[in-house]
Amino acid sequence: MTAAIEVTDLTMTYGDLRAVDGVTLTVEEGEFVGILGPNGAGKTTLLETIEGLRRPDSGTATVLGLPAWPRNPRLLPRIGVQLQASSFFERLTAREQIHTFAALYGVAAGRADEWLERVGLVEKADARVEDLSGGQAQRLSIACALVHDPELVFLDEPTAALDPQARRNLWDLLTDINESGRTVVLTTHYMDEAEILADRVAVMDHGRILVHATPAALIRRLDAPTRITLADDEVITTREPAAELARLAEAGRLDGVRVQTGTLEDVFLDLTGREYRA
Amino acid sequence: MKPFWALSRAILRGFVRDRTSVFFAVVFPLMFLVLFGGLFSDQSVGKVDMIVVGDASLVDDLPADARDDFDDTFHVVRSDDLDDALDQVRKGDADVAVEQQGDTLVAHYSQTDPAKAGIVAGTLRALVDGTNIALTGQQPTYDLRVESVEDDSLSTIQYYTPGLLGWAVAMSAAFGAAATLQGWRQSKLLRRLQLAPVSTRSVVGARVSVTVSIALVQMAIFIGVGGIFFGLTLTGAWWMAIPLLVVGTLCFMAIGLLAGAITKTQEGAVNAANFLVLPMAFLSGSFFALDDAPQWLQTFSELLPLKHLNDGMLDVMVRGEPWTAALVPMAILAAFALVVTLVAARLFRWDTA
Ligand SMILES: Nc1ncnc2c1ncn2[C@@H]1O[C@H](COP(=O)(O)OP(=O)(O)O)[C@@H](O)[C@H]1O
Ligand SMILES: [Mg+2]
Repeated sequence: MTAAIEVTDLTMTYGDLRAVDGVTLTVEEGEFVGILGPNGAGKTTLLETIEGLRRPDSGTATVLGLPAWPRNPRLLPRIGVQLQASSFFERLTAREQIHTFAALYGVAAGRADEWLERVGLVEKADARVEDLSGGQAQRLSIACALVHDPELVFLDEPTAALDPQARRNLWDLLTDINESGRTVVLTTHYMDEAEILADRVAVMDHGRILVHATPAALIRRLDAPTRITLADDEVITTREPAAELARLAEAGRLDGVRVQTGTLEDVFLDLTGREYRA
Repeated sequence: MKPFWALSRAILRGFVRDRTSVFFAVVFPLMFLVLFGGLFSDQSVGKVDMIVVGDASLVDDLPADARDDFDDTFHVVRSDDLDDALDQVRKGDADVAVEQQGDTLVAHYSQTDPAKAGIVAGTLRALVDGTNIALTGQQPTYDLRVESVEDDSLSTIQYYTPGLLGWAVAMSAAFGAAATLQGWRQSKLLRRLQLAPVSTRSVVGARVSVTVSIALVQMAIFIGVGGIFFGLTLTGAWWMAIPLLVVGTLCFMAIGLLAGAITKTQEGAVNAANFLVLPMAFLSGSFFALDDAPQWLQTFSELLPLKHLNDGMLDVMVRGEPWTAALVPMAILAAFALVVTLVAARLFRWDTA
């Protein structure tokens, strides 16, 4: 079985700036991978190079077994891309929008309508894209990326600028998509999003991928002590949380206990030596 | 073919729903047509003020029926001072000054009001021809010499319809291309389309087809309004204006592409297109004839594609030139389109940053 994405030693520069600096990355089929990093880390550049929009300065990117560059019309129907929530034809309604994209991929209009329903935009089908809220535009944009049922989906910060409720709705949608067998690659600068959605997280900073592992493994690797906060606000810091919790249970003091392990924020601090600021 | 139609439909819908674009493509130029056509044709209803300098037997000894026609058209004042008469014509106090030199009737008139100028030339010519025939029934004795190098046969509407149409098409083609390029680039739609299994040919083809269709609709509206309300009459090979307009559209789309390629925002692109097209319209005779302009300006105008579009359209639509008259302008416009597209392609950047 070939990997969905194989990136080897990829470098992309803008003048003197190395936006992507020697990245090597493998994404397996069916995986949900989150590329996490602060603004300017190089996430978009990396994604666009993997999608085949940019010619790598050096290194290679292979997508579904085919080279990403140059543009390969046989590869394009197999991938779905959301670049930016506003990548729409001006002044079309939501329905006209997704019908247009469906036609570009040779997909029947009925399938496009199903997608409108799936992302909950039926009531907004006749609204112009300019009149959609941020969350609605994001959902339409994702529906347009998925209308041709691609095997591999790229989403660039799909939840940026959404309110918490809209974010959660979108998370459900993305989980569904992944569970239906599609490989999903998503960039985000939200720690919690990467932790909740992704099977594996690639932490990126200054054009480099610092680590690429499951969120749990990243935190375990961090080797940070666990903090147990008791109901009376007493804090116990321990490296053996299981034994400590057993002891507390015996003493009948488990009610109201909060257990805190390390977070991805700690991982970032540990890797870069500086606070994570999205 | 399906992607081509889907894209064309999307672009056309985007256009007709954009009130500003529709206004500038159709309503705005039409306002000028109505203004020019209406204003000047109103004036031409009044009598033409004529100063007869010295003795002009041709005017004085008119046969009775010609006399009536003549009096209907002209309001005659006598004078002995040619310089003073010419001065009055120049200032617009009189429309024409005539003098008779031997057997030649010389008419001095101003082109400030093309409608009256047309009447002067037409009526006097008829008068002279009529007199010739009445007097001899054979060899013309008298001869009229009209001292103007302009298109004396063209009435206002005949002159303005092709020129304003040229301007309207230039404007909407350039704005359309500039705004599309910038807007699609900013929203990353251009990139998004690159990631869809659509050929560049389909994308460009759809955009061009929509703009060309808009240009032909503009033409239909202009000819319709001109014909119905202002008595526009097209001459023989007017249909050659269609291919001419198509090539002109391509040329101005290329100029719009250039404007889109050198600017960073949509407003900037539209402004740049405006900056290129509006002065060009003035210098290409869309708003007034250039015959009285200084020679250097007339020479300069030959460098402007709109000048060739306007000239070609005038030739085939109203001047009665044969269809071949449109070929040279078409070749010039096509060459312009090619060169400007190549330059725009070199300057093009995918990203605005
Ligand atoms: N078109 C561009 N031209 C020049 N520099 C760019 C361009 N796009 C991005 N950059 C720079 O490259 C770096 C990485 O940008 P980007 O890939 O957009 O990061 P991210 O998506 O993680 O925020 C940033 O420092 C950014 O300023
Ligand atoms: Mg980004």
